[in-house]
Formats: sequence, C-alpha cells, structure tokens
Amino acid sequence: MIYLDHAATSWPKPPAVIRAMADFCERAGGNPGRSGHRLSLAAARIVYDARESLAELFGVSDPLRIIFTANATHAINLALRGLLHAGDRVVTTGMEHNAVMRPLRALQDRGVQLSIIPCASDGSLDLAQAAGAIAPGTRLVVINHASNVAGTILPADQIARLAHQAGALLLLDAAQTAGVVPIDVAAMGIDLLAFTGHKGLQGPPGTGGLIIHSTVDTRLIEPLVRGGTGSHSEFQTQPESCPDKFESGTPNGVGIAGLGAGARWVLDRGVQTIREHEIALTRALMEGLSAIPHVTVYGAADATQRTATVSFTVRNRTVSEIGLRLDDKYDVLCRVGLHCAPAAHRTLGTFPEGTVRFAAGAQTTWDNIQAAVAAVRELAHS
Amino acid sequence: MNDNGVVLFHTTSSAMRAEKTLLRHGLTIKMIPVPRQFSSDCGIALRFDWSRKDAVHEFLTAARVEIAGLHPLD
Repeated sequence: MIYLDHAATSWPKPPAVIRAMADFCERAGGNPGRSGHRLSLAAARIVYDARESLAELFGVSDPLRIIFTANATHAINLALRGLLHAGDRVVTTGMEHNAVMRPLRALQDRGVQLSIIPCASDGSLDLAQAAGAIAPGTRLVVINHASNVAGTILPADQIARLAHQAGALLLLDAAQTAGVVPIDVAAMGIDLLAFTGHKGLQGPPGTGGLIIHSTVDTRLIEPLVRGGTGSHSEFQTQPESCPDKFESGTPNGVGIAGLGAGARWVLDRGVQTIREHEIALTRALMEGLSAIPHVTVYGAADATQRTATVSFTVRNRTVSEIGLRLDDKYDVLCRVGLHCAPAAHRTLGTFPEGTVRFAAGAQTTWDNIQAAVAAVRELAHS
Repeated sequence: MNDNGVVLFHTTSSAMRAEKTLLRHGLTIKMIPVPRQFSSDCGIALRFDWSRKDAVHEFLTAARVEIAGLHPLD
C-alpha cells in the first residue's frame, strides 16, 4: 500500500508514539493537575514534557504559552474568536482553508471587517499587494504557512514584518508545515501559531495547539471554553494564568503523550533533514506527473517553495474516478475533491471540480513516488 | 532534624517546570497536595528542605518559573 495522504493525517505513526500512548494508559492514567497522587503527577509530567518538546521545536522560550487544543481548527478559532471584536479589521489571503474562512465569515457577520489578499494561480502571494492590504489599524493578519491544496509556502516572516509595521498581530496556520518545515516563532516574528498534532508532528488525531508568543498580552484573548483547570479552585471565575486560562476541562492526556513522543521523533530526526527528504520527493513527484500527457500540476513549480503536497488533474477524467481507481487497482491512497478549501481552489482555478492530491510525508520512500507516478501514467493512458 | 518548606504555584504546568528544574540541580524534593493551611491557586505544591530555601528561590528565578509563594511548613 502506498500512503500519500499525509496532508490529511500522517500514517503510520512512529512506534514510539504508539508506545507512549500505551504507557500513558498503563502507567500514568491519572488526571493531570487534578490530584496530587503519583498517577496524577505522572500524567502531569508527561503533559508538561510534551510542552517542552514543542517549545524546543518551535523556538518558544516559555513552554506555558503552548495551549493544547483538540486540533488546528480549534486553535485557530480560539485565536480569531478570542481576539477579534466588532469593528476590528482582519486580513487574510485567497488560499485559506475553511478552518480560517468559516470563523472569519461568521465574525464578519458580527461586524468584523474582513479583507482578502488575492493570490496568484500558483498560490503565491505578491508582497506589494499584501503591503497594500495590511493597512495601519489592522488588528490581525491570518495566513496559512503552506496551502493544504497546492503546497505553496507563504513568506511568513515577511508577512509578519508587514503586519507589525501596521500595528497588527500575525496568526500563522501551520497545519501543513509543523514538523516538516522549520518554524522559529521568535525569529520569524510569529505572534500566534496554530498547529495540529496528527500530521507532520506524527501524533494522534485529537491533538494540536495554539502558541501565544510573548509579544501577545494573553489578557486580550478571551477563552473559547471556561471551566475547571485544577487551579484557582476556590474561585468561580476563570484564572488568567497560562496555559490554564485556555485549557479548561480534562486534557487529552493520552493524545498529548503521543504528540510529545511525535515531537521528540521529529526533533531526533531533525526538521531540516525531513524537509530535505520531502523536497527531493516533491521534485520527483512533480517532474514525474508533469511529464504525463494530459496531466496538469498545480502550485509553486520550485520544490523548495512548497511542501510535499502536490495537486493535479487529468484531462477528461473526474478526480473521484482517479481517486477510486488509484485505491482499488494501484493501492495508492490519496485525497480528491476540494480539501475543505474552496477559496484556495478558486484561486488555483480548480473550483468546483477539485483536484487529486498526493501528499508525501517523512516516511514516504522514493519507490512510493515512482510507483504512484507510474499508476497515474497508466490511468491517464487507459 | 529537617524542617520542610513548600513552594506554591498558579498552575500545574509551573509546578512541573519547578520539579524538573530543581531535580536537575540535585535537590531532594517531593510533589504533594497543597497542605490545607495554605490557600493556593494550584492543587499541587513542591515540598523541600527549608534550609535550602535560598537555593530553591535562586534556581526557580533563574529558570523563570513563576511561583505563587514559598513558605515554611510547621
């Protein structure tokens, strides 16, 4: 079986991730931060260690500013709905996922002003156009680090500079890049970073987080959910301390144990090493697909400017037909359609038909890519 | 005989951070439920040998661990 759906979720998970989750259940099954006994403490230590690993991975000096969430969508909602009020101005791009667009459209209905920077048909962003859109007085700029459809990477550090010049904060949606593209929150000027745990970070579904950099006053962010935190228990009001303010309710300890082990797996391997592996695979994938008559490949042509997510279409074939035959006949697992990103597909000119998406990962091999390209070649000719 | 002290915290995460920091410095400590005589933000406290109070304070400050208080235990 050839698994090319890493942009949806990575598979298989490293054995260390599975072991960490089993260990959590067997040896540390207490509720982290709720009790003082040894099983509760063991669980709290594992959750804290995961914060430290993620802080190391993303260049964050204070691990307590890593807020665990259920996924990147939850983290993005926390940032957008926690920060923006009627009358605020927010800027985004024409390449966003619905995890960004749907909360923004709902906020727009409540009086938030939304401005969208159009992107080129390869998903890239014109910085001069971005500079024009990010006007002084903008409260927040929210962009994807890389498109989940075309793989095109946006220049987050340069957008951060433009945002800061205008007095705005930058929220980076790193769902597609965390663990596979180097990210340094401090060096890149990222104010808020939303990540998912189950893609490049190799953790299980149901994990993710929002990193609130020290550039952001956490008092200005309203929590999405309020409730028990194991702290300030004598008060019926939500505590202000991080991460508790934003982490009410029992956390997903098992998942976080797996996420921590996944982050450690990435750190041991090195993000740069993973990145170089994926660039080589992407180059081979794009060259192979582009050489097939009637196949159109989307997104940035330069493999160093994109992730290992490659979208394509085959003339006179529906994407659903290609996806089904790849699975049934060739054992190639991928994702077809609109990928929850209608805005991005409009920009690429592939709305409403969608694309076939091959997304390689850290564990994808050279042979996987060759076999997948050969399968598309055969399908396109048959 | 050793008299003990406790460090109180605002969050469990801070408590975990403190535990790691002090263990790294080789101090003998134990995480315990917050003794009833103290009102604390967090349910877990860190018990230590009170004679090492200055070292505990210094190590936690250097590691930028936020604490809610440092008290002798009767």
